[in-house]
Amino acid sequence: MSDLSRRDFLKTSGALIVAFNGLALEVDEVFAQGQFDTRASHVDPGRLDSWIAVGGDGSITAYTGKCELGQGMLTAQTQIVAEELCVEVERVHLVMCDTDVCPDQGTTSGSQSTPTNFNERNLALAAATAREALLRLASTRLNLPVDQLEAVDGAVRGRTDTARRVAYGELVSGKRFELPLDTSAKRKPADSWTVLGKPTPRLDMPALVTGRFEFVHNVRLPGMLHGAVVRPPGVGATLTRVDVNSVASLPGVVKVVTRRNFVGVVAEKPWQAMQAARRLNATWATGPGLPSHESFYDYLKRQPARDAFVVDSGDVDSAFGSTAPVVRGSYRHPYQAHASIGSSCAVADVREQRTTIWSATQSAYPTRSGVAQVLGVPLESVRVIFTRGSGCYGINGADTVAYDAALLSQSVGRPVRVQLSRQDEMAWENYGVPYVIEQRAALDANGRIVAWDCESWSASLGGRPGYQAPGNVVTGLLAGFEPQRVSPGKGGPPSGFNNGSNSAPSYIAGRVGGRAAGTGTITTERVLTHTIASPFFTGPLRSPSRLQNTFAHESFLDEIAAQVKADPVEFRLRHIRDARLREVVSRAAQKYGWQTRPSPSRADARGGVVSGRGIACVLYEGDNGYVAMVAEVSVDTASGSITATRFVVAQDCGPISNPDGMRNQIEGGALQGLSRALGEEVTWDTQKVTSVDWRTYHSLSLGSAVPAIESVLIDRHDVEATGAGETAITLVAAAVGNAVFDATGARLREVPFTQARVKTALAAR
Amino acid sequence: MAVIRLTVNGEPHTVDVDPATPLLYVLSDDLQLRGPKFGCGLGQCGSCTVIARGRAIRSCVTPVNTVAGAEITTLEGLGSPEKPHPIQRAFIDEQAAQCGFCLSGVILTAKAFLDEHPKASEAEIRQAMSGVLCRCFTHTRMMAAIRRYAQEV
Repeated sequence: MSDLSRRDFLKTSGALIVAFNGLALEVDEVFAQGQFDTRASHVDPGRLDSWIAVGGDGSITAYTGKCELGQGMLTAQTQIVAEELCVEVERVHLVMCDTDVCPDQGTTSGSQSTPTNFNERNLALAAATAREALLRLASTRLNLPVDQLEAVDGAVRGRTDTARRVAYGELVSGKRFELPLDTSAKRKPADSWTVLGKPTPRLDMPALVTGRFEFVHNVRLPGMLHGAVVRPPGVGATLTRVDVNSVASLPGVVKVVTRRNFVGVVAEKPWQAMQAARRLNATWATGPGLPSHESFYDYLKRQPARDAFVVDSGDVDSAFGSTAPVVRGSYRHPYQAHASIGSSCAVADVREQRTTIWSATQSAYPTRSGVAQVLGVPLESVRVIFTRGSGCYGINGADTVAYDAALLSQSVGRPVRVQLSRQDEMAWENYGVPYVIEQRAALDANGRIVAWDCESWSASLGGRPGYQAPGNVVTGLLAGFEPQRVSPGKGGPPSGFNNGSNSAPSYIAGRVGGRAAGTGTITTERVLTHTIASPFFTGPLRSPSRLQNTFAHESFLDEIAAQVKADPVEFRLRHIRDARLREVVSRAAQKYGWQTRPSPSRADARGGVVSGRGIACVLYEGDNGYVAMVAEVSVDTASGSITATRFVVAQDCGPISNPDGMRNQIEGGALQGLSRALGEEVTWDTQKVTSVDWRTYHSLSLGSAVPAIESVLIDRHDVEATGAGETAITLVAAAVGNAVFDATGARLREVPFTQARVKTALAAR
Repeated sequence: MAVIRLTVNGEPHTVDVDPATPLLYVLSDDLQLRGPKFGCGLGQCGSCTVIARGRAIRSCVTPVNTVAGAEITTLEGLGSPEKPHPIQRAFIDEQAAQCGFCLSGVILTAKAFLDEHPKASEAEIRQAMSGVLCRCFTHTRMMAAIRRYAQEV
């Protein structure tokens, strides 16, 4: 058993220097989802051989730093390589996020994988560079100028004399290219695509549906042991004593491991490890206690906060001081969980000179850095091999369980596999952040919004560990590392309009520094955000902050439209100047068959089941995907139950790599958004989280009534590709809430829309 | 410890384990099968589903000794990538997965139910699937695949 102090631990950690002080970062950094650009590492992203290898048999291996999370990036990235190299997708083997051989592309997050690897850089550029290099090699071999050659089906041939032909494998014969990435390499134009832009079946589908696919949960190594962790009984509890003898006689138990507040058990078999973890007698000192769940939103507004202005035109207060009519709204969104269907798992093999981690982390290189720090071993000795887990939707337990497995393996000197229990997955994850958002708008006599003022409060603790902060997830904290914490302070004027968190609504001009970068028309504008210290770990959950903010903005816009008796679509278009955002709104409305009229359709619906429609729209992250959604719902006014009956989603994410993959993401995102809007909420008592399984955290099951989903895909080839995995989900709570208002005249301002809250809203009409 | 005989995907196996061990661990560790998954360990999500004696059961809460001698079918026992079972074929045709972790629960629950109730209505199928979770919410495609299979058989 070891209980090194962190200071002692640091002394043993060789060349690593870890800063424990000065970790109070700017809020923007706390919320940052990760590095989107490719970083320098031992795998040089500037070299073609770091990305593409052609075997003697003509097979193509591509290396990427963006991984498959269930979102389809295996197939989409393989399509990019196949397209540029003029082969079928089956010819390409994609290696994802193995830190020994793949470039460091930070974290697979933020809907940035397609922007990063499709647009003119990184993986796509490498594949284009490789094609041009193969053409040059063939030119020499065939004695024909490059402009008389074409690449077709894994070979280069003469354009006219097609019999003069040489296969890729013969040109390269398994050797390296030894070339830099060529920033002037030409991408294939979209009108010549044969692989990209086509609905391409998922390459992993046959193995998935036949149970052959190797998830990280299925990794088995010779001599491998199984670990289980013992988390504290409550938030902030500290370990005072462990009675090792309490499990010494249990079958298969190999070792009890502690490090500060980290406790784990290693056994021969997984069931034995779980039994031992359950029966281990550990004594803990109770933590400081949690703020009341019932009054948490009030608590959120009262704490010391870090403030930031997203935009402030300086004339907002005077606009509200005039006689103009004013509309107000206040919106609440709870902590929500990633709650992956499979609890997180990792396998670690920590040897004297070499550490190998099989992990489903979205952040292979950052996790490599975190593991090195947690273990106190040189960075160069650690390899992280990305191995798929269940869908994560942001930072689930994948990173923390990698640290768990590493600590246990280091202690026993053998490979150890750890899979978290359901409770440990859900009680200690980095939750999606809670919000209170207060809005007011001033109107002119013609029913136009002339001023918009938005103030929000959210909470943050930890987040993605990145390269520097293993304490941002629970195992790192328990093992003695500090999480990134919010430092209270006033925000100065913004240096530029950054709407990455969609803190600002679509209807303001976003005028900062002499430039209007928003999508709207309203120039009297202020958006102020406050971030407080969260009692729970927080981190990116699909559409982080964007979803919460958009719920508030799009609900509020609807409230204003109702106030002036304007049609919700027409009223949106009245205040949006961005042409692409206008188009998705119009296309969604058109596809739905939207009838122009104000909401509600009937405010007097006192009984029975009534139906309505609502719309919402957003430019995701201010620059990463246009989307609009019409939701149709029916509301049982007696029970307060909401049933979504139809969703229409119009989306413009630039050039589409895989239309079927995009539809799948829209459909899944829309229904995940519905589940979050209707039922998902993290709960807690005075010491601990109480939403720890599927009885206490409510996810729509396969038996739930779900709406028909119609997707309108707007495919553009004259712009860059944007993300498409987080667009639809961002709109669901707002679109459904607006539809409920249309049906009943009752306004829902707090997520989730439980039956009790719906009934309260109905009674408040 | 106890010696227990199992028939899994048509193959006989003998394991020497604590008889209270849930079937899931025997399948995924002793037999190293990849189909059944640990999702919750509480019988709440369906990821560990296998078919035993013709019924879909939750292997994470089924002590192994209670299925000794039974015919057990896991997701890999239905078909292979080269020769998928018709319900697996339907899931491929509908592209009905995202991460794919939940598929044992979705496919085997639907198959066991439809084998017993081939004329089941949409509402009855939904009822049968009400204890199965997919957190990627691939519901629309999964239900389409299940309907496609129901129409074919």
